[in-house]
Amino acid sequence: MKPVAGEEKNPMARTAHSPRYSLSHLKTLEAEAIFIIREVAAELERPALMFSGGKDSIVMLELARRAFAPARIPFPVLHIDTGHNFDEVLEHRDREVKRLGLTLVVGSVQEAIDRGVVREEPNGSRNRIQTAVLLETAEKHGFTALLGGARRDEEKARAKERVFSFRDEFGQWDPKSQRPEVWGLYNTRVHVGESIRVFPISNWTELDIWSYIEQENIEVPSLYYSHRRPVFRRNSMLFAVHRFCQPRPSEEVFEAEIRYRTMGDATLTAAVPSAAATPAQVREEVAGTRLTERGATRGDDQVSEAAMEDRKKEGYF
Amino acid sequence: MDLLRLATAGSVDDGKSTLIGRMLYDSKSIFTDQLEAIERTSRDRGDDYTDLALLTDGLRAEREQGITIDVAYRYFATPKRKFIVADTPGHIQYTRNMVTGASTADVGIVLADARKGLIEQSRRHAFLVSLLQVPHLVLAVNKMDLVDWSEEVYESIRAEFVEFASKLQISDLTVIPMSALKGDNVVERSANMPWYQGAPLLHHLENVHIASDRNLVDVRFPVQYVIRPHQNRNQDYRGYAGQVAGGVLKTGDEVVVLPSGLGTRIAGIETADGPVEEAFAPMSVVLRLEDDLDVSRGDMICRPNNRPSVSQDIDAMVCWMGDSPLVPGRKLAIKHTTRTARTLVKELQYELNINTLHRNQEAVDLRLNEIGRVRLRTTSPLMADEYRRNRATGGFVLIDEATNATVGAGMIVGAD
Ligand SMILES: Nc1nc2c(ncn2[C@@H]2O[C@H](COP(=O)(O)OP(=O)(O)O)[C@@H](O)[C@H]2O)c(=O)[nH]1
Repeated sequence: MKPVAGEEKNPMARTAHSPRYSLSHLKTLEAEAIFIIREVAAELERPALMFSGGKDSIVMLELARRAFAPARIPFPVLHIDTGHNFDEVLEHRDREVKRLGLTLVVGSVQEAIDRGVVREEPNGSRNRIQTAVLLETAEKHGFTALLGGARRDEEKARAKERVFSFRDEFGQWDPKSQRPEVWGLYNTRVHVGESIRVFPISNWTELDIWSYIEQENIEVPSLYYSHRRPVFRRNSMLFAVHRFCQPRPSEEVFEAEIRYRTMGDATLTAAVPSAAATPAQVREEVAGTRLTERGATRGDDQVSEAAMEDRKKEGYF
Repeated sequence: MDLLRLATAGSVDDGKSTLIGRMLYDSKSIFTDQLEAIERTSRDRGDDYTDLALLTDGLRAEREQGITIDVAYRYFATPKRKFIVADTPGHIQYTRNMVTGASTADVGIVLADARKGLIEQSRRHAFLVSLLQVPHLVLAVNKMDLVDWSEEVYESIRAEFVEFASKLQISDLTVIPMSALKGDNVVERSANMPWYQGAPLLHHLENVHIASDRNLVDVRFPVQYVIRPHQNRNQDYRGYAGQVAGGVLKTGDEVVVLPSGLGTRIAGIETADGPVEEAFAPMSVVLRLEDDLDVSRGDMICRPNNRPSVSQDIDAMVCWMGDSPLVPGRKLAIKHTTRTARTLVKELQYELNINTLHRNQEAVDLRLNEIGRVRLRTTSPLMADEYRRNRATGGFVLIDEATNATVGAGMIVGAD
C-alpha cells in the first residue's frame, strides 16, 4: 500500500513556525461557531435561530450573519416571548430583524396562558413554562433544528451537553445517550419526530462574549451598560423599578448605578451595581467578577444544583 | 492570546477532578457562589477540607456513582492563553469518551498515582493519546505528598514511562511530579520537591508551542456550503464556504477541485470582515474561484501538485463506539470532512489490545470500546490523507443508518 501523501518521516517537519499563521482565541472560537452554523444550514431540513435579545443570542445572530455573507441568513429567527420583556430588548430585536432582512417567528407565552396550554407558576416566573411554548411553536412551524446561544460554562449540566444535542419526540434530553462528537465531524441525522438543538457557542465563556462584543463592535441593548435608576433590594439582589418589577411596601427604593448581566424574565432578573459604561469596561468588570451570572442575577436559578438538569430533561433550552 | 485544548485522563481516584478543580481555582476561574456551594457540600459530608473535585462533578448519575461517565468541558484562562479542558473518564468502558476528548486536543494529560506507579490504565491512556495524535503529552505523577516527595519514586515511574512511550508515536513528552491536593507543581513551583528542575504544569501549558502543530503545508479546503445570494445586487456571486483543513491558501493560487480534478485559480478569499490575502487552518472563509466550475459540498479544493488520495478503498484504525459489534460485511454511513457516503466493511485485519498493544488477527468482530484495523470500501471516493499527517482530513466517523447513532471513529492509515 502506498502512503497517502508525502514521504518525510516527520510530516510536520516542514511546517512554518511563523506567528503570522496563528489565530487568536476569539477568532478560533468564531471560526468554530461559523463552521457549526454552516453545517446546520447544509445538513438540516428546517432550522431556526433562537433569539432572546440577550447578549449571547445577539452574538449568535452576528455569527450567523458572518457565516453566510454576502447572502442573507437562510433561516428564520424564533423568539419565545414571555410577555415579560424589557422594552429595550424588543426594540433591539425588531431593529436587527429589519436590518438583516430576516423572518421573525414569535411564540407567545401570554397567549398560551390565555388558551390554557400552560399555567402561570406561583412565583410568576415564565422561564419554566416557556419550554412548552417553544416546543409547540417549533412543531407548528416544522422546525427540526433550533440554534441556541447556550454556553457550557453557564452551569454543570451544560458542561456535558454536546454541540448537537438530540431531543426525542417530547423534546426531552437524555444525557446518557449522547452521540460522541469526534473532531469537527457532527452527525446531524434525526428520525422523524425528533429534533436537534445546536449550540455553536458552547465553548465561549461570558468573558469571551464581552471580549468579542468589544472587538467586533457589536451593538447590544443599552441595559447592559451602566445607568442610574431607582432600585430596591430583594433576596440580597438589586432590582430596578419598572413595569414588571415593583417594590413591596417594606422594600426601600433608592437610586443606584446599575447594569444588567443577563436578560431573562424581566420580573425576576436582577441588576448588578456597576459603573461599566462601555464594552471595554464591561469586559474588565466581567474578568474580575467573583459571581457567576446566574448566581448574581437569576431569582429562580438558585433553587438547586440539579434544577437545570431537570429542566433540560423536560425540554428546556 | 491563543487557544489551547487539553484532554485529561486518569483512573478513578488518581486525582483528575482535584487537579482540574485546582487549576480552575488557582487561575481564579471559580466563582464565589460555586465555591460556597461545594464548601457547603464538603462540610455536610464531613470532609476535613473543601473537596475541589466537587467543582467538576457533573450529571446526577455521576454524582450518585461518584465517577465521571461522560466528557465534560471546562474553561479557564490566564493572561497568556484560554484553555478548554475535555475532562474524560478513564475507565476502559468509556474509551469512546476518551477518544472523543482527545480527538481535538493539543495536549493530553495522563495522571498516575505515585503510590501505585504505572498501571495498565496509564499505559492505555498514553496509547490513546498517541493513537489520536495529540501532539503533546504530559504525565502527571500525582499524590507525591503520599510518598514523602520522594525523588526515587518519581524517577522510577518516569524512567519506566519514557521507556514505554518510546514504543508509541509521541513527539513531545513532559513528566511532572505533583500534588493536586496540596497544589505542588500545579500552578506554583513545589517547595517540597526542590530536586525537580522543570516547570509547574500551568507554566508548561501556557508556554508549550502549539502553532507549529498544525499542518501549514498541504492545502486542503473541504467545501462546506455554497453561497449564492439570490439578491439583485449580487446575482452572479458564487462563493464556496468552508473551514481550512490544511496549508495556506492565497489569492491567485492555482487550485484543483476534487474529485473532478478541474483546475482554476482563487479569485478571492473573503470573510465577513472583508477580503483577506491568505487563509490557514482553522479559519472559516469563503473562496471565490476564477472559473465557473461545478463545485458542491463535499468537494475538496487543493493545489495541483499536492493532492490527497482520491479513493474508495480506505485502511483505517477504528475505535468502535456502537452497541452492536462491527463485523465484516456490515454497511454503514461514513462522514469524512464535509462528505458523506456509504461504506462496506470489507475486512477486519486485527483487533488491537489497547493494554498490551498485542494485535489479535483472529478477531472476528470489534465490540464497544475496542480498537482495530479495518479495510473499507466506500460508495463514492473520499479525498483522504493519512491521519498522522492531518487530523482534519484523516479522521472520519461511522454512522449506523438504522439508529442514526455515531458508532465509530476512524483514523486513515492508507488509501489506494
Ligand atoms: N494526598 C493526596 N490526595 C489526593 C491528591 N489528589 C487527589 N487526592 C485525593 O484522591 C481522591 C480522589 O481524587 P479525585 O480528584 O476525586 O480523583 P478522580 O477520580 O481522578 O477524579 C480524593 O480523596 C482526593 O482528595 C494528591 O495530590 N494528594
